[in-house]
Amino acid sequence: MTGSLMTDIRYLAPHTLDEAVSAYADAAGAARILAGGTDLLVQMRSGMISPGLILDIKKISELTEISETPEGGFRVGAAVSGAVLAEHPTFGKVWPGVLEALNLIGSTQIQGRASAGGNLCNGSPAGDSVPAMIAAGATVTVQGPGGRRDIPVEAVPVGPGRTNLAPGEILVSFTLPPRAPGSSDAYLRMIPRTEMDIAVVGCGVNLSMKDGVCTAARVALGAVAPTVVLVEDAAKALIGSKLDDAALEAAATACRAACHPIDDKRGTIVYRTKVAGVLLKRTAGIAADRAGRS
Amino acid sequence: MPTVSMTVNGKKVSGEVEGRTLLVQFLRENLRLTGTHVGCDTSQCGACVVHLNGDSVKSCTMLAAQADGAEVTTIEGLADGETLHPMQEAFREHHGLQCGFCTPGMVMSAVDLVKKNPKASEAEIREWLEGNICRCTGYHNIVKAIQHAQTTMSA
Ligand SMILES: Cc1cc2nc3c(=O)[nH]c(=O)nc-3n(C[C@H](O)[C@H](O)[C@H](O)COP(=O)(O)OP(=O)(O)OC[C@H]3O[C@@H](n4cnc5c(N)ncnc54)[C@H](O)[C@@H]3O)c2cc1C
Ligand code: FES
Ligand code: FES
Repeated sequence: MTGSLMTDIRYLAPHTLDEAVSAYADAAGAARILAGGTDLLVQMRSGMISPGLILDIKKISELTEISETPEGGFRVGAAVSGAVLAEHPTFGKVWPGVLEALNLIGSTQIQGRASAGGNLCNGSPAGDSVPAMIAAGATVTVQGPGGRRDIPVEAVPVGPGRTNLAPGEILVSFTLPPRAPGSSDAYLRMIPRTEMDIAVVGCGVNLSMKDGVCTAARVALGAVAPTVVLVEDAAKALIGSKLDDAALEAAATACRAACHPIDDKRGTIVYRTKVAGVLLKRTAGIAADRAGRS
Repeated sequence: MPTVSMTVNGKKVSGEVEGRTLLVQFLRENLRLTGTHVGCDTSQCGACVVHLNGDSVKSCTMLAAQADGAEVTTIEGLADGETLHPMQEAFREHHGLQCGFCTPGMVMSAVDLVKKNPKASEAEIREWLEGNICRCTGYHNIVKAIQHAQTTMSA
């Protein structure tokens, strides 16, 4: 065994965010945050990482709560598991796309633990909840030694496995905006198997419909670039249209143009790029149906 | 080394663990409850499923320290003395196992399913088992066993 494998790991489960932030900052890079552990423990076992301190954030109430904001949106603690969010009486009706994306992660036992915060902070460009959160226009609250800040979800990932969180910063919660009438969202992914696989392409669409015309839209794609991408040109192609074939084709073209994927055993560059356009059309259709397009 | 205490199969236990010790290692190595298996190192196979405070979890996907104070049930805790749990009996009856490696996790997962969704359809059963991998049976008899246990567990 190498020296680093021999060193023991300390485990801490603070009850307040302030304690967690100071322990995290004091450990100066040697600590890792543990939410559901479905990425972290696997990475530790494979020897990819070997932290000196594990900070379990599941005992901090603000990180495990779901609440409605005064504006009529939702605040979801960063460590809330997919299974807990699925049990919330209204969240899934208001944000079905966000919920279906989070609940694609793993099997029942994984869903009982895996969080949206972990999915985002793990930094995988294929994280399923990330495109759905970005399409939803969600923001995150981050707290560190320097205080709190709010940033859009799309500003968090900066590359595979890397985020813009500063040393010592902890993701506290996601805030989803209030819902306008006639709007909804959807998430679809393409995987080679039917279950338990990593997205070859993921697509989140959130849109508003009025009198059959799309009045607002956000489109995000996963697994086609080093980070999940917000595709503004695709949204522009949808807004003002009746989501007719020409508008959908224009949005699909914008999606294909936003792709800078890798070539790997799951999918070639050509395949991923093509699928991105196909998924956009299907996902937009589902979101529009849910929004009650007339 | 920190000490953890929990209730395992109705008995209070405690032991010293390292921060990195997984719940499954604590069960197998400290408590010698080797019915809970380890079939992978990527949290995918489900051989290690146990119940934590009544919900099925992969005991390789959490630290022993996280289970401090919890109630844990392993495959060893299901039977009532010499009488098998209805789910174990159903697996035996319907040949829901061949080599048996996946079986402890399958049974624990299945018990949680029938508790949460007693009337699960065949499709729902198959979907629930997506996190439990079996290399022998082709799943068919496992599904049949669970369908049988749906009737015997509620009886
Ligand atoms: C069998 C299996 C199947 C899977 N299938 C999928 C899938 O289909 N789709 C998918 O997207 N993913 C999948 N995953 C990956 C994983 O489950 C998800 O990424 C999950 O959302 C991670 O959440 P977690 O709470 O378990 O994170 P953890 O493992 O606890 O944390 C992940 C990373 O984020 C950091 N972190 C966590 N929370 C915070 C925070 N609040 N602030 C700062 N840093 C933080 C941790 O330090 C760690 O580096 C799968 C994993 C397994 C084991
Ligand atoms: S040992 Fe494979 S999932 Fe736990
Ligand atoms: S019976 Fe052999 S792995 Fe399932």
